Amino acid sequence: MSAINSNLESFRNWKHANLAIAVVLIGALAIFPLFKPPLDGFIDDCVLALAYVVMALGLNIVVGFAGLLDLGFVAFYAFGSYAAGWFASDFFSSINGEKGIHIGAGTFASTLPGIHLNFLLVLVAAVIITSIAGMIIGLPTLRLRGDYIAIVTLAFGEIIGRFAVNGQIGGFKYTNGRQAISPVDALDLPLLKEFDSAFSIRGYYWVALTMVAFSLFVNFRLRDSRLGRAWIAIREDEVAAVSMGIPLVKTKLMAYAAGAAFGGLSGAFLGTYFNSVNANQFQFAFSIFILSMVILGGLGSIWGTVLGAITLSFINSYFIPDVFNGIPGSLGLDFDLTQLSFGIFGFLLVMVMILRPEGLLPEKRRRLELKEGIGADEAIVEVRA
Amino acid sequence: MSTSGSIDPGAPEVAELATEVEGALLSAENVSKIFGGLVAVNDVTVAIPRKKIVSIIGPNGAGKTTFFNMLTGLYKPSRGKIVLDGADITGHRPDKIMAGGVARTFQNIRLFSTMTAVENVMVGQHARMRAGLIGSILRPPRVGREERGTREKARDMLGFVGLETKTFDELAINLSYGDQRRVEIARALASEPRLLLLDEPTAGMNPQESEVLTTFMKRLRDELDLSILLIEHDMKVVMGVSEHITVLDHGEKIAEGDPATVRANPRVIEAYLGKQG
Repeated sequence: MSAINSNLESFRNWKHANLAIAVVLIGALAIFPLFKPPLDGFIDDCVLALAYVVMALGLNIVVGFAGLLDLGFVAFYAFGSYAAGWFASDFFSSINGEKGIHIGAGTFASTLPGIHLNFLLVLVAAVIITSIAGMIIGLPTLRLRGDYIAIVTLAFGEIIGRFAVNGQIGGFKYTNGRQAISPVDALDLPLLKEFDSAFSIRGYYWVALTMVAFSLFVNFRLRDSRLGRAWIAIREDEVAAVSMGIPLVKTKLMAYAAGAAFGGLSGAFLGTYFNSVNANQFQFAFSIFILSMVILGGLGSIWGTVLGAITLSFINSYFIPDVFNGIPGSLGLDFDLTQLSFGIFGFLLVMVMILRPEGLLPEKRRRLELKEGIGADEAIVEVRA
Repeated sequence: MSTSGSIDPGAPEVAELATEVEGALLSAENVSKIFGGLVAVNDVTVAIPRKKIVSIIGPNGAGKTTFFNMLTGLYKPSRGKIVLDGADITGHRPDKIMAGGVARTFQNIRLFSTMTAVENVMVGQHARMRAGLIGSILRPPRVGREERGTREKARDMLGFVGLETKTFDELAINLSYGDQRRVEIARALASEPRLLLLDEPTAGMNPQESEVLTTFMKRLRDELDLSILLIEHDMKVVMGVSEHITVLDHGEKIAEGDPATVRANPRVIEAYLGKQG
């Protein structure tokens, strides 16, 4: 009993601890690029990791909170990226008599044809497009449960991927497929002007960091709200949830929309950062990559998801290609370690499932459940009832 | 299961016959439910008067829970009509019916096991809250007040059903069986229902605990002006608390009336004990 009480005590302190950790961490993270060269490869890895954190936090709402296994998250990455491609490039070059449409665009972009919106407006557009797409993709899954949701979302991910590669209306290739939409306008925000993006990626880093902070804020707010409780209730027991007055359709669609919005946010940022939007990026493997981050960190756990995303992202973009890539060569083998990336991810996931099935930083609920060995009692309750 | 339990000295006064549909809080009129070829509930009419405790009894598989599930919207009746306070709610969604004032508990306790007792009861208030997606994120003062009020009310409700304060923040799965039942009732009450449906609430309870629950049900009726519809196997509880009893067997209504009438009904005795000779 005292063990349980001390656990509860630690719960109450958790909220404050969360806040303190966030403030210190973000402060330290914010200034470190100043000590690195402006085009440093490590900052590049960090930018990617932060963008993936935003995506993983979005997927965590759908899979972790609401318990809807979504295997097609790449669709929202695609929609977000195309929002950047369409609204911040010279892709629609003939629009407005080849003069282009410019709203708050940077000095250089304002001289180009096509639609050029300010980066923040692009983000807003991406969020709107992906939330709607999320709800549309969510609709057919509403009558389904568990694995079947996974299959339908997987199919949608693939469909969007196909459209990205081949899509055209009346001969007009609205995604430009594998030729890619490029160049996408560089980041041009008032405060970041001095860090010209051609010579420094610090601006991108700070924008990504701000997006992560924003995403964390939204995630914590949502988790501790009427809606967050409704999501968890649906995850736990759909029949009881609906009997307690939770409208399933509306609540699930909100989870899809909120999750998708973060995918779109991050997608639009990555489109801008990569300076191009290419249909090759939107593969099924990407959905799995993001899902692995959530599972590795701990389903439903916000900090866990952050940790999982950073870990996998760094393994993918730093440890495998930069740190351990020499290993095959030193063993007299002739192959590139990056070819084994997914094998390595798979191996890591299997190890996590065996050694720490609740994830690296599990959600408090699950941790307590496992710690107190309560799972075993559940069957007994069922039998007695 | 015995139908000849000792006669409760404080037997409730005979209520007006509940089949009279007029003025009932909730009434099911000629309701049937057919699963494929199986007729689970056949042409059952039950009316639940205001501020009364009525029961549905019957052997296992009689269709009691199926009937419950139709009242709460989990199943759509194959035939018939369900009317809540004058409004036809046949085939409405469960969350709508809940919002209309019909709350329930489950035969197998269905708490949200990884949520605390308080959080469970807060979920029960979902239909009475208003915060949406944007409100939840921005949390203006209105939403903050609502959130605090909801938590406050959840704690009050848990106190009302007799849960100890120190267990309020326990995960539901960690609570004792009796406390889980209490939390489930608190969760249902938190939605401010007019009608409470209890599906075998004393299952797994010892006689003392059942006694406490019986008293509690009367308190709910008298203090909160609730109507209660009870599915129950414990005849002592049923006879002691019900003002009207409906007996189902093989999906059909075989008897109804006040406890004394039902107890004496030969068809009821037959359904429970089998035919003599």
